[in-house]
Amino acid sequence: MKVEQISVFLENKAGRLAEVAKILGENGINIRALSLADTTDFGILRLIVDDRAKAKEVLKQAGFTVGITEVIAVEVDDQPGGLAKVLTTLADNGLNVEYMYAFVEKSRDKAVLIFKFENLDKAIDVLTKAGITILPGEKVYNL
Amino acid sequence: MIFEPEWECMPRDELKALQFFRLKKQIRRVYENVEPYRKKMDEAGIKPEDIKSLEDVRHLPFTTKDDFRENYPYGLFAVPMEKIVRIHSSSGTTGKPTVVGYTKRDLDTWSSLTARVLAAGGVKAKDVVQIAFGYGLFTGGFGLHYGVEKIGASVIPVSSGQTKRQLMIMKDYGTTAIVCTPSYALHIAEVMEETGISPDELSLRVGLFGAEPWTESMRQEIEKRLGIDATDNYGLSEVMGPGVSGECIEAKSGLHVFEDHFLVEVINPETGEVLPEGEWGELVITTLTKEGLPLIRYRTRDITKLYYEECPCGRTFIKMTKPSGRTDDMIIVRGVNIFPSQVEEALLEIEGVAPHFQIVIDRKGYLDELEVWVEASEKLFFDSMRKQKELLDRITEHLSQALGVKVAVKLVEPKTLERTTGKAKRVIDKRDLPKYVPSKYLEEK
Ligand SMILES: [Zn+2]
Repeated sequence: MKVEQISVFLENKAGRLAEVAKILGENGINIRALSLADTTDFGILRLIVDDRAKAKEVLKQAGFTVGITEVIAVEVDDQPGGLAKVLTTLADNGLNVEYMYAFVEKSRDKAVLIFKFENLDKAIDVLTKAGITILPGEKVYNL
Repeated sequence: MIFEPEWECMPRDELKALQFFRLKKQIRRVYENVEPYRKKMDEAGIKPEDIKSLEDVRHLPFTTKDDFRENYPYGLFAVPMEKIVRIHSSSGTTGKPTVVGYTKRDLDTWSSLTARVLAAGGVKAKDVVQIAFGYGLFTGGFGLHYGVEKIGASVIPVSSGQTKRQLMIMKDYGTTAIVCTPSYALHIAEVMEETGISPDELSLRVGLFGAEPWTESMRQEIEKRLGIDATDNYGLSEVMGPGVSGECIEAKSGLHVFEDHFLVEVINPETGEVLPEGEWGELVITTLTKEGLPLIRYRTRDITKLYYEECPCGRTFIKMTKPSGRTDDMIIVRGVNIFPSQVEEALLEIEGVAPHFQIVIDRKGYLDELEVWVEASEKLFFDSMRKQKELLDRITEHLSQALGVKVAVKLVEPKTLERTTGKAKRVIDKRDLPKYVPSKYLEEK
């Protein structure tokens, strides 16, 4: 039920994000979702792509520092209240979100939320019991 | 004013005779009391009685910072610990500092020598001297402090930092002489301009600057902006601290070396060969009177030139020019000595990895800023922003502690750091400091 996410260390310099996108594009890798956390000095770029192994390899070759992190993907209806239900469930069970980001599945009127927890297994357990849909990795990579 | 004219104005031939007498005594003492010296001399096949003239000093083996490291902490001391009354230290090339010890008589000599420096720089008994050098293990603060007292002037031991407070004290207490690094003097001038204090509101007359390299143009700027006479002084803690040489206010053209206590040579740093007067090379110092930690032919790694000229001040001592570079990779930031190897070692202690790094020094306004750029390798990279920031804070804290100066750490992408033939360029110094003045053979390099 876990999804592998690519993380890239970026200096806060113009053009670095574009550089990552260009390298992935040239290698035929599709970006499913992306989020950038940044400070004044540096940023952490998080990506869900279709081919993680290749993405990691080509980015490393280009000199980037790359990590792979496990996250989970939750699917909710793309309508008011969808996110609130998930967050309430997490809060009620004392689960702290390290970070999250979201994207919309155009074809199916669904939104996908990417979550990072300290304890992923507990989160999966809690969410499943609450009847919330967790997407398996293979599905997310190929959305 | 000359603090000890009977020594400082000795006829040269009498001085040479005195140096030879003291040298012989010193060599005999270290041979008998300091095992590492005895071993080195035995290995070189030289006995104390082989020193038959002052020039014979060149047959003795050199002493370097490595000898301090190998004999850490007290192995080079020539007296039992009960005779040592003060310990100071300075940074070593790696984690272990260089430890120096003084006997009661050493402290008495030291204060006389810094009194000479102060007197040469224009300080008199009626002066109020503010010392803005750090106190503590660094020799700058305490060294000059006791010299001021010996002259009979008033000393204000403010220590370094807190510029506005320094200025308040200067104004209210009627400071007439300031002791600090030259870059800090310019920083003070800058803060004065910002806060609208004109030199006329102060009573400053003279400034004695040392602990870092500076230029003639910096002298002119300091003199103009603070309305004072500025002189240079030199010393290093291994040898004693400040008080090895000092400029006279009359000539301001080179630092008189206190030759009755120090025998100086300039050598070719590549070959070790002694160079004639007037040639640039590495300064080598033999202490002639030190009891606690005598040094024989200590390689200072400072590049300078020795020359004799008749001086309007009346001193007969030889002069050295302002040190104009180093033969090693030591850098001086805010008066603190730093070796790139210390940064490497400190980084290694953090995560068990020695990441690629670069030291970037710049002078913002008049204060040196030290940045260490560290490559965010996979071991130093976290997907979590909180963990990433924690790591950055930890590196910053650890480096600042290890180097004894505030460091700003910047994480950079792997390829950003300049490399020449695969080897990282460790130091980028953007300051306008005296440029290395090469002698013939150094040019060939
Ligand atoms: Zn003079």
